[in-house]
Amino acid sequence: MRVGGIRITLTAIIGTLIILACVGGAILAPWVAPHDPNLPMGGRWDPPSPEHWLGLDQIGRDMFSRILYGGRISIGLAMLATILAFVVGVVTGLAAAIFGGWIDMLFSRVADVVLSIPNLMWALIILSGFGTGATIIVLTIGSLYSVYVFRVARSVAMNVVVLEYVEAARLRGEGLMWVILREILPNALPPLAAEFGLRFCFAFLFVAALSFLGLGVQPPDADWGSMVKESALAIPAGIAAPLYPAAAIALLTIGVNMVVDWLLSMYSRPQGENA
Amino acid sequence: MLKLLGQRLVLGILTLILVSALIFAVTEWLPGDIATNILGQQATPENVAAIRAELGLDRPPYERYVEWLRGAVDGDFGTSLANKRPVADVIGPRLWNTLFLAAYAALIAVPLSVFLGILAAIYRNSIYDRLVNISTLAAISMPEFFIGYILILFLAVQFRWFPAIATFKPEQTFTQHLYATFLPMLTLVLVVIAHMMRMTRTSVLTVMASPYIEMALLKGLSKARIVVRHALPNAMAPIINVIALNLAYLIVGVVVVEAVFTYNGLGRLMVDAVSKRDVPVVQACGLIFAVVFIGLNLIADVLSILSNPRLRHPR
Repeated sequence: MRVGGIRITLTAIIGTLIILACVGGAILAPWVAPHDPNLPMGGRWDPPSPEHWLGLDQIGRDMFSRILYGGRISIGLAMLATILAFVVGVVTGLAAAIFGGWIDMLFSRVADVVLSIPNLMWALIILSGFGTGATIIVLTIGSLYSVYVFRVARSVAMNVVVLEYVEAARLRGEGLMWVILREILPNALPPLAAEFGLRFCFAFLFVAALSFLGLGVQPPDADWGSMVKESALAIPAGIAAPLYPAAAIALLTIGVNMVVDWLLSMYSRPQGENA
Repeated sequence: MLKLLGQRLVLGILTLILVSALIFAVTEWLPGDIATNILGQQATPENVAAIRAELGLDRPPYERYVEWLRGAVDGDFGTSLANKRPVADVIGPRLWNTLFLAAYAALIAVPLSVFLGILAAIYRNSIYDRLVNISTLAAISMPEFFIGYILILFLAVQFRWFPAIATFKPEQTFTQHLYATFLPMLTLVLVVIAHMMRMTRTSVLTVMASPYIEMALLKGLSKARIVVRHALPNAMAPIINVIALNLAYLIVGVVVVEAVFTYNGLGRLMVDAVSKRDVPVVQACGLIFAVVFIGLNLIADVLSILSNPRLRHPR
């Protein structure tokens, strides 16, 4: 299917619908949640019923309402971390590509060192020095992922910087900021958009993992990761309670991945070429 | 070739030293007054002074770093703040447990995924191939704890085939060990296998697009023979890299999987230490993970140099 020259695939539509449902449910939680997420209203891990679609949690709170509210924290924290990663990564990446020399050298070597061991290891090491909690995990994930964004932004900008039109703009005496904002950034945008989706996915899973390990969001606040941890004891009793927030995490990740796949296939194929 | 290998080795060691410096800086230098930070609510002047003495905080950071690194090389990581035992004694058995689990998962996952990936390349665009693609998407989207809990719920609780909690007892035989850790192993395998399969498939297909393969095809060789005899040797280097990457990923996955199965490994020890802010233990765990990770990458580099005839034979 084509709309205005853009190829729309079924995957893209399903992915978008999943994202809209998750984000919409989270934003509209106060209006659409059937129950108060913090009010115990029944027994421990009561099974799903028409009244409580996903049953109750470890202290008898409505699981479905808690997932809607938890989505605000899960998605919000991942979004903040991704934005932080992009601001830092794009600025340093462009700086490295434009100025080159020792700035490029310094940033690139720091990136190499950070990427030489897994992110989760760095996160654990940083959290042991600076303490745990929602703020610190956003800052940690944001700074760790800025390294990846830096690499993408740098390589994309490197390719654009050498093109004739950038040189032409410089020769006709445009200021540095003008060249960056009007010539380089617009042409670096499509790959950065796909990178944004991908980074969001990873940041979202990262927040979930740290909260699951008990190092992220702390009670009484709850995100999807910490909800899995808190209700984990249901599993040996044969009750599926922790699987619901875990499934919510998987669902949103699949949705975003589907849209990212579509974005990648869009700009890897020259426009006008039929597929 | 020896020069190339030597370069990689020096680069690896240099990276490790920089990583260790960064680990030290992040845990002991950047956070400011860590004695007060670690204690939080219990930061009475006496407690703060005790922690300062314990970590030797009155000396300049670079001196402490050099001393820490020198100790670490000798296997002395200092004393745990939480239980006052030597860190090396706390870590020893945990490290063994984690390596056991990771090796167990790797031995199953690597041959299986390379085999299945090659099959996907041979039967390209078939239903089986599509299944590989879909399972990859599913695997990268599902958090490790989701897969782990589903396995526990069905295989341990409903059918009671395997134990839900992976515990080690000294009197267990080796087979009992394997049985007790079957579910965490399966979780790790499921987490890494899809990616390895997909990358194996891509590597083989990239080589399959080259002219000499077309030549083999035109000679009338069978598809399986072309893939195994002609394409695979040239696809080895990228496949080795993917395997190394995933083994490293396995080591990360271990942290979450150990939490799911309350398995007494290094990952769970490290997470506990982070929440208790037991800095010496975290530093030691971080350094050990870094050595394993950088070591794996080094081995992958060496193997892909060895598997490439152009690099193997000096011109």
